[in-house]
Amino acid sequence: MLQIGCPFCGARAQSEFSYERTLDSIVTLEMPANEAVRRLYARANPRGFDEELWRHAFGCRQWLVLHRHRQTHEIASVAAFDPAHR
Amino acid sequence: MSGPSRLPGGPEPTLRFTFDGVPLRGRVGDTLAAALLANGIGLVARSFKYHRPRGILSAGVEEPNALVTVGEGERREPNTRATDVYVYDGLVAHSQNRWPSLAFDLGAVNGLAARFLTAGFYYKTFFGPPSRWLLYERFIRRAAGLGKAPAEPDPDPYEHRSAFCDVLVVGGGPAGIAATRAAVQAGERVLVVEQDLAVREAIDEARVLTRTTASGVWDHGFVTLVQRLVEPGQPPAPGQPAQRLWHVRAGRVVLATGAIERPLTFAWNDRPGVMLSQAVRRYIERFKVLPGQRVVIATNNDDAYATADAIAAAGGSVVAILDSRAEKSAVARIAAHPVHTNAFPISTSGKRHHLRSVEADIGGERTRFEADLLAVSGGFTPVVHLHSQAGGALDWDEAIQAFVPGASRQAVSSVGAAAGDLPPVGIAVADLPDPKASFIDFQNDVTAADIDLAWAEGYRSVEHLKRYTTLGMATDQGKTSNMAALARLASVAGVTIPQAGLTTFRAPFTPVTLGALAGADGGGHAAPNRRLALYDRHQRLAPIWQPLGLWHRPRAYPVAGETLHQAALREARAVRTAAGIVDVSTLAKFAVVGPDAAALLESVCATGVAKLAVGRGRYTFLLREDGMVMDDGTVWRLEENRYLLTSSTGGADRMEAHLSYAHRVLAPHLRVSVVAQQEHFAGIALAGPLAKAILAELTGIAPPAHMGLAQAEIAGVAVLILAASYSGERAFELYAVASDAGAVWDAVEAATRARGGAPYGLEALEFLRIEKGHIVIGAEADGRTTPHDLQLERMLRKSGGFIGAAGLTRPALSAPDRLQLVGLTSETPIPEGAMLVTATGEPVLGHVTSAAGRVLGEGAVALGLLAGGRLRTGERLLATSPTRNQSAHVTVTAPLFYDAEGTRYRDGD
Amino acid sequence: MKRYSALALLKAGLTGQRGWEQAWRDPEPKKSYDIIIIGGGGHGLATAYYLAKVHGLRNIAVLEKGWIGGGNTGRNTTIVRSNYRQKPLHDLFDFALDLWEGMSDALNFNVMFSPRGALFLGHSDGDMTVLAQRGDALRCDGIDADLLTRAQVQKLVPLLDMAPDARFPIHGGLIQRRGGTARHDAVAWGYARAADALGVDVIQKCEVTGFAMTGGRVSGVATTRGPIAAGRVGICVAGNSGPVAAFAGLQLPIEAQTLQAFVTEPVKPMIDTVIMSQSLHCYISQSDKGGIVLGGDPDQFPSYAQRGLPPRIEKAAAEAIALVPALSRLRMVRCWAGTTDMSFDGSPILSALPVDGLYLNGGWCYGGFKATPASGWCYAHVLATGDTHPLAAPFAFDRFARGATIDEAGVGVLPQLR
Repeated sequence: MLQIGCPFCGARAQSEFSYERTLDSIVTLEMPANEAVRRLYARANPRGFDEELWRHAFGCRQWLVLHRHRQTHEIASVAAFDPAHR
Repeated sequence: MSGPSRLPGGPEPTLRFTFDGVPLRGRVGDTLAAALLANGIGLVARSFKYHRPRGILSAGVEEPNALVTVGEGERREPNTRATDVYVYDGLVAHSQNRWPSLAFDLGAVNGLAARFLTAGFYYKTFFGPPSRWLLYERFIRRAAGLGKAPAEPDPDPYEHRSAFCDVLVVGGGPAGIAATRAAVQAGERVLVVEQDLAVREAIDEARVLTRTTASGVWDHGFVTLVQRLVEPGQPPAPGQPAQRLWHVRAGRVVLATGAIERPLTFAWNDRPGVMLSQAVRRYIERFKVLPGQRVVIATNNDDAYATADAIAAAGGSVVAILDSRAEKSAVARIAAHPVHTNAFPISTSGKRHHLRSVEADIGGERTRFEADLLAVSGGFTPVVHLHSQAGGALDWDEAIQAFVPGASRQAVSSVGAAAGDLPPVGIAVADLPDPKASFIDFQNDVTAADIDLAWAEGYRSVEHLKRYTTLGMATDQGKTSNMAALARLASVAGVTIPQAGLTTFRAPFTPVTLGALAGADGGGHAAPNRRLALYDRHQRLAPIWQPLGLWHRPRAYPVAGETLHQAALREARAVRTAAGIVDVSTLAKFAVVGPDAAALLESVCATGVAKLAVGRGRYTFLLREDGMVMDDGTVWRLEENRYLLTSSTGGADRMEAHLSYAHRVLAPHLRVSVVAQQEHFAGIALAGPLAKAILAELTGIAPPAHMGLAQAEIAGVAVLILAASYSGERAFELYAVASDAGAVWDAVEAATRARGGAPYGLEALEFLRIEKGHIVIGAEADGRTTPHDLQLERMLRKSGGFIGAAGLTRPALSAPDRLQLVGLTSETPIPEGAMLVTATGEPVLGHVTSAAGRVLGEGAVALGLLAGGRLRTGERLLATSPTRNQSAHVTVTAPLFYDAEGTRYRDGD
Repeated sequence: MKRYSALALLKAGLTGQRGWEQAWRDPEPKKSYDIIIIGGGGHGLATAYYLAKVHGLRNIAVLEKGWIGGGNTGRNTTIVRSNYRQKPLHDLFDFALDLWEGMSDALNFNVMFSPRGALFLGHSDGDMTVLAQRGDALRCDGIDADLLTRAQVQKLVPLLDMAPDARFPIHGGLIQRRGGTARHDAVAWGYARAADALGVDVIQKCEVTGFAMTGGRVSGVATTRGPIAAGRVGICVAGNSGPVAAFAGLQLPIEAQTLQAFVTEPVKPMIDTVIMSQSLHCYISQSDKGGIVLGGDPDQFPSYAQRGLPPRIEKAAAEAIALVPALSRLRMVRCWAGTTDMSFDGSPILSALPVDGLYLNGGWCYGGFKATPASGWCYAHVLATGDTHPLAAPFAFDRFARGATIDEAGVGVLPQLR
């Protein structure tokens, strides 16, 4: 049960959040189709840090970016999602 | 006199309990184990495999042997450690895993075959067809298992609670209390948990939970605790739970979890009367019970000498101290007992399941001592489980021959014995002349010979060893067997213990009842019941309720002994010929408001939206990113920049997240807000040829044209009227704020009934929409169908720019043989879900997704998905359901069976 | 390989257990092999066995970074069945079921395959129709599936809460009688022993750290025990598919996710069938030792930690008690968490990769154990011949780009929705 420091709500239990996908798998409507399909179906899936898009679904409902280690679960940073992240 | 007994003096035992039907007495504060020993009972159980007699080895949760069933009937708790239950008045306990009795157990015959039933023997035999294995299994399963579960539901409540603290101290012994005091003085909020009845010393500023075990350490200082408010089998106080599961978030965790004493390995070391030395001391000093009169002590460290002193002080006789060390330590030299160095126990012998003598090897010479108690101490193992669960490393401490906490991954530290603050041990270990009789795991009957065999057969990693022999996999999770096993493995492998390895520590530290894990969610509360705002209105009509996810919606309203089908058909006919009303409150509803509302909707809806005029609505559908139809519904333009999107009940939560994603992540520059309103508005659909007249009468306004909308009042309540039709008749969806909707329902129901109509449920709605070929999310749109598959491609917005457009370009999605939506007709009922084939035994070409009888008229209609179905109109197929023994000959048609021109809802205005 | 049999046990018992051989050798890795399988779990070892047994290839190595069968095969909920709705899945899993039925005899190792039935409960008429559809699809493809009435379900599992107003009322079920359970460890050990006896090198404590490439083609692996050349390399590492494929610069349509399960203390027999539910994710069975084995929802976020979320265990316990109230007083004695290889349509990937000489067998999500023999058989086929086995053809790596996904749950790309 991770503790996630929501920038709007403070430190909250993981059960309030839902994981969406990695930042680099966000597919915008402007992308050409083959690029979109490629991004949709390819993941680095590292046993280390990745940039992840989460939502504080049962809290402020904002979209957040977590820089999180997938083996140790260390959360290096949590920030509100910014389109510049994509 | 021999055997265990209560020491003279002290209060009268006032608590009445029974063991195997025999009435006994215990003192307040006794564990069941202490009380049994006080009553001279040393035989309490039988081991798992060989049904060997088992007594009480320890005085704590590490107990592998003394497993009994406590409680009766619905409160029966099998596999309870007698050392971990405190006696209460009326406690009922029974021994387990024995027949016909504990003293004479036929299962012990397994022991005679022990030489054949070695570790892993079952992998090497029982070959043959699986049906034969099932036969063998019947006997194996009956012999396996320890206690018996109750048959009845659990009557007691359980509870979950949360707690937050700066410091969680696990263990209320001296080290834990010292850590608590220090933290309190530093101004930290402290929570102390202790498995036992009390902590060593109360500290006012700290919160203390007793009879509470720290079960698991998870991520980021999250710790689960299990608190016992009553003992097993005991009913909880009124209004109180039997157990609580705590979810604690701690800033840091201090583990003062102590250490567990290690038994010694020698022949017949599993006999009742062999006990851990510190346990003997505890029984004497705390419970005033002397577990034996003539005692041999076998040890490799100084701690056991305190046990010798305690025994002597209690009036017992220490016959010998067998010290495995070569030289007498300082403590040994001043001991007032016969001490033998270079001394090891070799075997025990017994009579009527109790210890009678101990054979020892003293400097190479064999000697036999008459004794009724053998207290053993092979050193102490720090309890590192929680440290390890938290990801901490373990280091090997040569002096105490144990693993101690090393580098910690989280803010978890260990103090006291748990950190390795323990007496050093002598390293010398005796040869085992009889490994077959030398037990390592007492509960699962795993011997040193089993370990030797596993090694010889190549099961050499500690994980393979464990799994092959089942050692460490009993209810005690190896607390008293892991180190002895590693020592044997190391010896056989010719490596050191740390080189031999260590298995992973996993939650729970001690077993936790499923009831506690479930908390208040057990017994039916595992999923909440979502109730309609208009529930009372429906309940008055005694409907058949239908679950839809967490919701329940009326399926039909049978009257006068009607069956479900009769009611639904009557209701559907009423809709086709007069009018009906149905509760559509559960549909997802979203207010999409702002100058860029249309742009957001067009990014998610695969149909046109932007060209919708104010006051108009249209059908729409949405795709997943991979191009599959995800949801469908309607979109309405209420005002210039205010839209309402409705979509399926089941997809409401998904849609809310989807809209948020589409806005906040994909197009945050859009000036729009989206508000989910599923529960805010109740919805009533009024449908039928008389619907327009009914609505005009109720509202006093001219009802809107098909796919138009209006605002009005019914029974004084503001109502939004959307002229959409799911049933195929002229229809209006009426939305009112949920808390006010009852009055609306009453008025509409009365007006509808007055015209010969009636409320209808989901079953009738199914009949109606199937005839109109309206797809349903979950049936036709099953998450694997594209718009083209569902004959919706003409509605796709040609300009693209919606989620899913890219996914749709993938080549296989336009393959001609894909499952495509078709209609099916038949003279006989078509089984829903049936497979479509050309003839019995031929390959499956598709399936029936939804089926119903015609509402007016004879015969059956259905929707289905058929390979290449768009080009198969007119074909004759068989809809077959082997599981229900039903079938129907069907003809493939267009998916529309009623009012193809749509005249029913255009009334020419 | 010394044959196991009741007679051998008798002899061994009379001679003090002398004469047993090591179940598999502990060989040093050679400099090169025809085929290297990365991953010594059930699937990898089954592959090695069939390469040797069916294709007569001996110059094979299985490289396992830890000890064989240390992942899923070391701890799972043991369920074996083939009753999936989608044809490519039920055809593949049913081929597996055929192989399960003869596995113990073929391997001369009792894997305790127990066809005690795999039962899906239906909690509403809607559920029953969905179950009937699944059953019909199976029956039309020659796979056993029977609908059970409420009364029949009650007879099979007397401890189910049959109250009509239960939160999850029992309307009936769909049973596959040929399905059931098998002893997970035994599968790894049985295949390892049989493959080893046929000359396959099963090499433990040998972690692959990279690929050797020659002219754009994989020509071997780098390991913690030195480089090893190979003609073909098959990745078969379950939850580690991503990191291993990354050595070849590949990204997969897979995300690692944690799944937990747990077992209670052993009790006398109370549940004879494997119980699953059409609506609930909780599943229940009783092992031969007597412990009740339970599982539930996956953790629904990416992780390699093998440490799970307590609420999943709690919810599984709550649902289990709702179905079988008598479970409440039984105690969970051990819970575990594994890393599942979540593919983006929920179905396995068993095919060549876009790098020559490299193959993938992964993406089994949480359903891989039951497919073990078929997975091994089909993987052996493609590694040996270069051609895809017909049963594996639908599970090609490129199906995602083509749009030919096989999505049993119908939820699309994101694994946490599965």
